[in-house]
Amino acid sequence: MTADIAKGAAVLFVAAILQVTLLSQIDVFHGAPDLVLVTLVGVALLRGTIFGAAAGFGAGLVVDTATLQTLGVTSLLLTIAGYWIGRYGETTGRDRTHAPFVSVAVVTLLYSLGALILHYMLGDPASASRVLVDAFPFELIFNLILTLPVYALCRRLFRPPPSGLEEVQLFG
Amino acid sequence: MAGVLVLLSIALITIYFRESSGGGLHQVQSAGATVLRPFEVAADRVSRPFRDAYGYFAGLVHAKSENNRLRSEVEKLRQSATLNLSAASENADLRKKLHFVKSSSYPKGYDYVTAPIIAQPPAAFEQQVTVSAGSSSGIRLFDPVVTGEGLVGTVVRVAHNISLVALLTDDTTSVSAIDVNTRALGVVKAGASFDHVGKDQQVDQGDELVTAGWKAGGLASIYPRGIPIGRVTSVGQNEVDLYKHVQLQPFVNFKTLSSLVVLIPKNR
Repeated sequence: MTADIAKGAAVLFVAAILQVTLLSQIDVFHGAPDLVLVTLVGVALLRGTIFGAAAGFGAGLVVDTATLQTLGVTSLLLTIAGYWIGRYGETTGRDRTHAPFVSVAVVTLLYSLGALILHYMLGDPASASRVLVDAFPFELIFNLILTLPVYALCRRLFRPPPSGLEEVQLFG
Repeated sequence: MAGVLVLLSIALITIYFRESSGGGLHQVQSAGATVLRPFEVAADRVSRPFRDAYGYFAGLVHAKSENNRLRSEVEKLRQSATLNLSAASENADLRKKLHFVKSSSYPKGYDYVTAPIIAQPPAAFEQQVTVSAGSSSGIRLFDPVVTGEGLVGTVVRVAHNISLVALLTDDTTSVSAIDVNTRALGVVKAGASFDHVGKDQQVDQGDELVTAGWKAGGLASIYPRGIPIGRVTSVGQNEVDLYKHVQLQPFVNFKTLSSLVVLIPKNR
């Protein structure tokens, strides 16, 4: 468990740093890939609700701190996202091939909506058409492209927990 | 656990939002940003070649599309400029004709039809043009054709909606002309020479020639009197020939014609 926490923290920290330094500068019709979100999907799917929520909270703090944004905004969104994806992984989706893609697609939409609402409530200038019409399709495409390699890496780092039925060898 | 984290996030947002920029949470964030800065710098340096490569190719794509757009725009502007020049030229030409028609030099007893040239002679030796007006507009064979500058020629073939005009410079065109200054009479041929001018008549270089418009019994010149033809450029004579050798330069520039005025006698 401690190893998982260390690996999760390292992966999400690298993802957050890459996100704020490199990927945020990609701008195709205001859309950019969200490596933190995709990595969080991978980690939360494989390690469940608590791990997902904590990972989301930590990653959000790093992003907000590095970009000097309102502390807690990204944490709140990623905490909820990590929890929801972890729940999906624990109940139905973990072993399905399409689970990471469905999770990324849904969570990208919900994350965009949530960020829009949250920034609106905080009085920040937020254009719904720019976020949901212009940027969202490209952000979704970028995130789906990232899903395959990122989820493959997460599966290598976080082995899926054993299912309930295992072969038992009897001696003697 | 997740609920606690959500509440903690909301608390962070609330405190951060309410406190001043020198508040505790801001200072913590500032310290955190300072800690993160080396990682960001390192990531920036590592990723710079990739970012530069991305920027280079993105710039190429942008430059290519920009180039195509600008080329298309230049082409449209060029077409527009050509159309404007053509319209301005046509406008100036029509103004000249209007001025000529209203001027005192316009021959009395004639109506007019303005007709654009729709076909030019296919070869330099065919000094004829086709205009888009014919018998339906009242044009008949041998009607004189003019512009604001002077005499152009005569109609040599008429169809319902088009006519063929032999220019003054055509070899077959001969026009009775008179020297405005000396009243010397002669015949302008092919728009280049003023023939049949006796040695006893006086013609000087620079004199202006106009149509003579003669009448003899029942016969009359097809050209009305007083239409400018050209200016004398050289005068000569020798012992052998009966007549002077007079060269002239027509007033009309036949290379830039775009539309013509066909004169139609009112009493026809």
